[in-house]
Amino acid sequence: MTTWPILSVVTFLPSFGALLIYVIRGDDEAAQRNARWIALWTTLVTLAVSLILVERFDPSQADFQFVEKATWLAGAGTYHMGVDGISLPFVILTTAILPFCIIASWRSVTIRVREYMMAFLILETLMVGTFSALDLVLFYLFFEGGLIPMFLIIGVWGGPRRVYASFKFFLYTLLGSVLMLLAIMALYWNAGTTDIPTLMHTTVPRSLQTWAWLAFFASFAVKMPMWPVHTWLPDAHVEAPTAGSVILAAILLKMGGYGFLRFSLPMFPLASHDFAPLIYGLSVIAIMYTSLVALMQEDMKKLIAYSSVAHMGFVTMGIFAGTMQGVAGGVFQMISHGIVSGALFLCVGIVYDRMHTREIAAYGGLVNRMPLYALVFMVFTMANVGLPGTSGFVGEFMTLLGTFKVSLPTAFFATTGVILSAAYALWLYRKVVFGALVKPSLASIKDLTLRECLTLVPLVALTILFGVYPKPVLDMSATSVQQLVTNYSHALTTQAALLLQ
Amino acid sequence: MKFQSAGYQLLPVLPELVLGVGAMVLLIVGVYRGPQITRLVTALAACLLIVVGTLEVMLPAGKLITFGGSFIVDDFARFLKILAIIGSTATLVLSAEFLADPSRRIFEYAILVLLSTLGMMVLISAGDLIMLYLGLEMMSLALYVVAASNRDDVKSTEAGLKYFVLGALSSGMLLYGASLIYGFTGTVSFAGIAAAVKTGSIGLVFGLVFLLAGLCFKVSAVPFHMWTPDVYEGAPTPVTAFFASAPKVAALAVFTRVALTAFSGIVPQWQQIVIFVSIASMALGSFAAIGQKNIKRLMAYSSIGHMGFALVGLAAGTAEGAQGVLIYIAIYVAMTLGSFAVILTMKRNGQHVENISDFSGLSRTNPLLAFFFAMLLFSLAGIPPLAGFFAKYFVFVAAIKGGLFTLSVIGVLTSVVGAFYYLNIVKVMYFDEPLAELDPVRGELKAVLAIAGLFNMLFWAYPGLLVSTATAAAKSLF
Repeated sequence: MTTWPILSVVTFLPSFGALLIYVIRGDDEAAQRNARWIALWTTLVTLAVSLILVERFDPSQADFQFVEKATWLAGAGTYHMGVDGISLPFVILTTAILPFCIIASWRSVTIRVREYMMAFLILETLMVGTFSALDLVLFYLFFEGGLIPMFLIIGVWGGPRRVYASFKFFLYTLLGSVLMLLAIMALYWNAGTTDIPTLMHTTVPRSLQTWAWLAFFASFAVKMPMWPVHTWLPDAHVEAPTAGSVILAAILLKMGGYGFLRFSLPMFPLASHDFAPLIYGLSVIAIMYTSLVALMQEDMKKLIAYSSVAHMGFVTMGIFAGTMQGVAGGVFQMISHGIVSGALFLCVGIVYDRMHTREIAAYGGLVNRMPLYALVFMVFTMANVGLPGTSGFVGEFMTLLGTFKVSLPTAFFATTGVILSAAYALWLYRKVVFGALVKPSLASIKDLTLRECLTLVPLVALTILFGVYPKPVLDMSATSVQQLVTNYSHALTTQAALLLQ
Repeated sequence: MKFQSAGYQLLPVLPELVLGVGAMVLLIVGVYRGPQITRLVTALAACLLIVVGTLEVMLPAGKLITFGGSFIVDDFARFLKILAIIGSTATLVLSAEFLADPSRRIFEYAILVLLSTLGMMVLISAGDLIMLYLGLEMMSLALYVVAASNRDDVKSTEAGLKYFVLGALSSGMLLYGASLIYGFTGTVSFAGIAAAVKTGSIGLVFGLVFLLAGLCFKVSAVPFHMWTPDVYEGAPTPVTAFFASAPKVAALAVFTRVALTAFSGIVPQWQQIVIFVSIASMALGSFAAIGQKNIKRLMAYSSIGHMGFALVGLAAGTAEGAQGVLIYIAIYVAMTLGSFAVILTMKRNGQHVENISDFSGLSRTNPLLAFFFAMLLFSLAGIPPLAGFFAKYFVFVAAIKGGLFTLSVIGVLTSVVGAFYYLNIVKVMYFDEPLAELDPVRGELKAVLAIAGLFNMLFWAYPGLLVSTATAAAKSLF
């Protein structure tokens, strides 16, 4: 087997594409066309290379694979990359979603196209890097670096309140993350390294665990986002351009869940156990409260944004249940939500491009003019509800199953969220798609174009595929999740034994 | 050949000698040939600085001491001297346009920058309080004059006068502190003070407070910062760039050296002061900058805040802390010079514009310039993967090791507040509607901006050199 640095290639290839877009000049029209095509091809090639990862990945191993190591910060940090069964699905999710974002922006973005594509490509580098960094400083670098392109994407290409939304997004996330940075430093002095695999096997003193857990929580809870620090998300979603919303919902939110899985559980098992009730509480509130809030929304994007918060509640609940089903379900739910919510935002983007409004009241009876759209939108709506047979069901079911074993009340209240999600999702669908087509502005609305079909059909296929056959994702992550859960429960039993003595 | 005078080795001061003599020669040339030679004198001065920097690098390795211990050349001094020289050289380059104006052909400008740099180098190498004062005054007196170099401008004159009066006051405090320290320890040399100071007597701590007050004035740390916004705004922009870079390096250097070598025995005593000053500077730098409309005033508050961050490293009182300070100041100088290069390009119809609103829509009229500036601003805010993040990382990592958790938490929180006003400039450049085109950007500004900007953006790819040099430099203090 050749030993080329495949992970670094996946990470930095998009940046290279961005550089290429920068270098190639020409008159406006040609430059825009080139930028689009280069961006598309870069993301496609990146996806292809990342699929090599899948092909060569050995799911029976729990350890990190494709590991690359190089000196970097003169002793204070190394360039250490690698993926395991937990991070690989997210890497693939990232590389797979990006081409859709590029295609979705093909016609809808008309100003500063080159900069737009460059921002997306650089963002891809930072996102892939986040999921494959195995050094805390390196992780932080990628994790926070993503703020810059996303800030610009919302701020430059966003809607009317884009300044407010982009500032809120940036400052909120930064505020959470700087505390995590301090915890990273404390961990560094505790273990003498910022190497993640080493830290995962280092026992952190109890008091440090508590503080570090809280600091990491501050960052990931904002990113996730969990109630009550979710308020930046609806604003960011509403103002961001369609592809920006897709990235935000499909990938950036997953960084929070990934962080819990990668850091909180393995490094601070005792603190995670201590704080699990807090997480359950916040998750249940998120599931029920934001679902109710979603019912009251007048803006389609805002509704989906609130539903994202609710769905992320299932993820946090499953992860901190600390059971095999819960954690695996959390991973699956994140992947599934990445596909489904991304697709839902694409669906909203499609009608927005035609009507330039996202108000639910402005639509109605679209099924008469857009039967294809109605069909596709229905699949994703059902997946959002968690209908069996769609990927949304598997994730919700597994997280609930995992939580039932640990905390019955949590699971009980969370289950009501399933009903509420059906309420708001079906309500949205009925208002937009069904009914008579009475609004004159909608009379000439066109059905999906080929380009739009191209973006949505693969996502429909994946949603249904993972709904009936979730094995690929579950198998990929199984061994790593198993190890995570074993280590977690082992740490807890050791602690219990110590207390007994 | 024995290179010495009155029994003292002169090799360690060779770069300073060359600089001093060179400055005199240039002065004579200028006096005889008049203002029309300004351009040449400035160019020669920049070359001279490069020569001096090279000499500094070529000095024998290790710790060189001369003049009975009052002049020390160690890795710490080398690192910071090079940095100060880079700052001064860049200033001369940035000043080319300012000096090209027929009404402002002042060849003394370059000479004053040279003399001020000489003062900085002496200050950085100072091994006792006398040398410290000599260096400080030499640096400052030249700076007062440079601040007022735009003679016909009321604001510039006011800036020079204000700086002078307040600077004299702070020098007085510093001298008073130094005399108290001398009185209670019986020596002025840092090594002697360190040997004498094992416990902090009231008198000594009193002296220490005055000494630190004088130094805080020079680094413009709260509560001795009042001069900064006015002087920054009033002084000609290249001079502001100078104030914000090289003198800060020298002042911070001597601050660090005094605290860590002379008073290493009473760390808890000065640590409280540094922590207070640091928190106050970070907080004021973040909050007061929010309301600013003038970019130079904003940069003044920004530099106050940045000095606060740099002092976080010093507060730890360890080698890691000193390393953090060194990395911080190095990156800070690069970011500052880059930012001022951008501010100097802001010229419409031959007039410099200084309001933040003048940056409106810059990303469309000058995309590359706006991009570089945006990255510098993100870096100043400490966002990874830009250089500014690493600067903050290394000072806070030292503070965490030293157990200064409160300081660290307050520090990072103020950095979030600070991010707001940097973002605001990015917002103005990227989200707002464009104004009229800028005048063509001069080549030397482009060069400075390109170097500083690329350093800032690509630092993450190869941070090893700076970090390991700083580590070695910090170790030489202990």
